[in-house]
Amino acid sequence: MAVISIMLNGEARQVREGSIADLVASLGLDVKKVAVERNREIVPRSTLAAVALAEGDALEIVHFVGGGC
Amino acid sequence: MTDTWSVAGRTFTSRLIVGTGKYKDFEQNAAAVAASGAEIVTVAVRRVNVSDPTAPMLTDYIDPKKITYLPNTAGCFNADDAIRTLRLAREAGGWDLVKLEVLGEAKTLYPNMRETLEATEVLAKEGFLPMVYCVDDPIAAKQLEDAGAVAVMPLGAPIGSGLGIQNRVTIRLIVEGASVPVLVDAGVGTASDAAVAMELGCDGVLMNTAIAEAKDPIRMARAMKLAVEAGRDAYLSGRMGLRKYADPSSPLAGLI
Repeated sequence: MAVISIMLNGEARQVREGSIADLVASLGLDVKKVAVERNREIVPRSTLAAVALAEGDALEIVHFVGGGC
Repeated sequence: MTDTWSVAGRTFTSRLIVGTGKYKDFEQNAAAVAASGAEIVTVAVRRVNVSDPTAPMLTDYIDPKKITYLPNTAGCFNADDAIRTLRLAREAGGWDLVKLEVLGEAKTLYPNMRETLEATEVLAKEGFLPMVYCVDDPIAAKQLEDAGAVAVMPLGAPIGSGLGIQNRVTIRLIVEGASVPVLVDAGVGTASDAAVAMELGCDGVLMNTAIAEAKDPIRMARAMKLAVEAGRDAYLSGRMGLRKYADPSSPLAGLI
């Protein structure tokens, strides 16, 4: 499978071609606990498996952490 | 008689909202939330640590099905960042009730009201239900309400300062003028500060550091729970008037 370069949470990374859901799973993350933004657009959770990663994509994968006021 | 409050159609019994930052560990955090009786906790949205995906997560300790997570934009210094953060929060959590705060500067963490107002309008148009951190200014509070804020959250003192309610007059004026819930957000240092906020007629209080940085956070969480309840009861009771001089409590008639 081809390898592509993306920006993941601000860092350059080489990943296998595939869907965003594939990437999230390969990172060992629970897809139900994260939210994904691709090139500054929210990718709805229901479509993560349908959206293919492309060379140069900038992804943000976030979750809830402790925080206050 | 149960005394509840509602925000954007959701009803809660506890009037104390607690943050989930600055704790020693998740266990202590969860124990403090339990002791506080809070039904809502604020949470932040941050990048997942992709190098260690097995690191424990907040959701493993505080169950979002039992405690309402209120995503917060702490750390955002402009409207765009705050809106972007809350769009992600909505996707991560699946709910619209959020806490907006757009900060003006690091030293005081005072809100930037121009950006805050702009973000409130955009969020409301996108279907969010924003509870909004703001200055203790009754006019600004009304403007936020008009822009779509479902609650206004004036600061009592700078975030994390523990200085207590600095301006009781402006907090009272905001309460009197608001038709949405008013919650003091930031500045509470100890239990009496929380009681003051409630005695002024606020619908609730949000705090983090006052509990997390107490030497015994779990005990302080309980103190805050009691203070909020005491302050609320005192407000509803209708306190006695102030007198300039003494007034004896025992009858004067029948003195020997």
